Amino acid sequence: MSTLLDVKNLWVKFPTRNGIFDAVRGVSFSLGKERLGIVGESGSGKSMTGRAILQLIRKPGMIEADHISLHGQNLLDLPERQMRAVRGKQISMVMQDPKFSLNPVMTIGDQIIEAYRLHSRASKAEARAKALEMLEAVSIREPERVMKAYPHEMSGGMGQRIMIAMMLIPNPEILIADEPTSALDVSVQGQVLSIMDKLVKDRGMGLIFISHDLNLVSQFCDRVLIMYAGRVVEVCDADKLHQAQHPYTQGLLGSLPQFDAPRKRLEVLNRDPAWRDAPSVETGT
Amino acid sequence: MTAALEINDLSVYFGDHHDLFQAVKSASFTVEKGASFGLVGESGSGKSTILKALTGLAPQWEGHMSVAGRELDRKRDRTFYKTVQMVFQDPYASLHPRQSVDQVLTETLQLHGFSDINSRIERLLQDVGLGPAFRFRYPHQLSGGQRQRVAIARALASEPQILLLDEPTSALDVSVQAEILNLLSDLRAEHGLTYVMVSHDLAVVAHMCDQAAVMRNGEIVEIISIEDMRAGRTKHGYTSQLLQASVNRVA
Repeated sequence: MSTLLDVKNLWVKFPTRNGIFDAVRGVSFSLGKERLGIVGESGSGKSMTGRAILQLIRKPGMIEADHISLHGQNLLDLPERQMRAVRGKQISMVMQDPKFSLNPVMTIGDQIIEAYRLHSRASKAEARAKALEMLEAVSIREPERVMKAYPHEMSGGMGQRIMIAMMLIPNPEILIADEPTSALDVSVQGQVLSIMDKLVKDRGMGLIFISHDLNLVSQFCDRVLIMYAGRVVEVCDADKLHQAQHPYTQGLLGSLPQFDAPRKRLEVLNRDPAWRDAPSVETGT
Repeated sequence: MTAALEINDLSVYFGDHHDLFQAVKSASFTVEKGASFGLVGESGSGKSTILKALTGLAPQWEGHMSVAGRELDRKRDRTFYKTVQMVFQDPYASLHPRQSVDQVLTETLQLHGFSDINSRIERLLQDVGLGPAFRFRYPHQLSGGQRQRVAIARALASEPQILLLDEPTSALDVSVQAEILNLLSDLRAEHGLTYVMVSHDLAVVAHMCDQAAVMRNGEIVEIISIEDMRAGRTKHGYTSQLLQASVNRVA
């Protein structure tokens, strides 16, 4: 499998009053044309890892790494101008909540057309046709009507599909999805995921799927990184997640109430301070 | 067994006459004393609205609600709040950011007319598994799970018989969720509480409750025992659809 993205020894640091806080501590992984899941609790650094790839970490936060290379080109060496061309065009990101990521005072059509025209020299009419086609691809029933609508007129599931349409329209090679379905109901979640899955497969993209939901990741992804306190504690094949070796992963799985296997009490995770200090697990593809 | 809570033909409305919206459509269910009852459904199905109507936070309702054999009126009196307490979804929003744990609990205890406040606060904190060290902390010094424990302590302050739990763990990580769910099970056993729990997570409801009402678009489509739900013996198509969606997450 060819490697699209290779991250080596990534650190994200924030200076605070009490010294430097390391949100991500030496994470390395590579991504091919696959669905890579990153799971962990809140504060484990999973979102920061996703944002750091696109250099979307605000100052005074700092990103350090040996390299973050996309097709051999180290993104850290690029000036901001060129980085802007990478964002959206080559690597795109879907955020958690469509309520906060769509522009509330712009129609949906205008937003999608803008996203497309930023990266290609298409005429307005062409971009419009492309936007309609994209809305259909994410199973939106009346794309003409939706183009003229404003984000507040959309439900959460529709908003998230619109976000996916907008992120996929420049045809990126890698999609980073940060909790794309956490704000949605289970029945809508399934739809959004299958749409995303189909588009990623058809276009041969790489997907980084960030989530706190272990069951979802084990069903949806090919490979999973488990993060704890800014480090990768374990990497495994998604379908073998339930045989995970690391006590942290086992603890997380044990703390989930299971629908088909009732228990009197749920297991409580006992955190071992050694997990925090152990070095990150290296991964190949 | 006597009923702790009886709801009969309850409808709840929002808005005024021009755009009146019926959020709950003639819902009826009974919760026995000491039982744990779940309300499940998608967002907007009206499950939280039922709790709001019960506590008097949604004043436009019609139908009958009775708590411990007493029919509820438009106004709730102090005895009602001594019997029924609520725990909200988001512990980041439901605690006052400028009040310490001590202030929050003192105020609640004073409102309920207790005099031995000092010893009660100590006991409440102990009940929810927080040490005395937490007493003078502010919410920003607590983690999400610890905040939810404070919110539970506040709800327990009036020694209620019924706790209304509105998605008590959906803002928390799974590992913390397990701690809070265990705490809630322990408290129920210790104090003989009755729970009404709203959640969109079927696995959580199945873990905590004996019986659940499945809601869609403001209507209760089915009241089903958890045993039947686990065995897949559903009467309504929507329930099986919901079950399907929560077991096989990727359609």
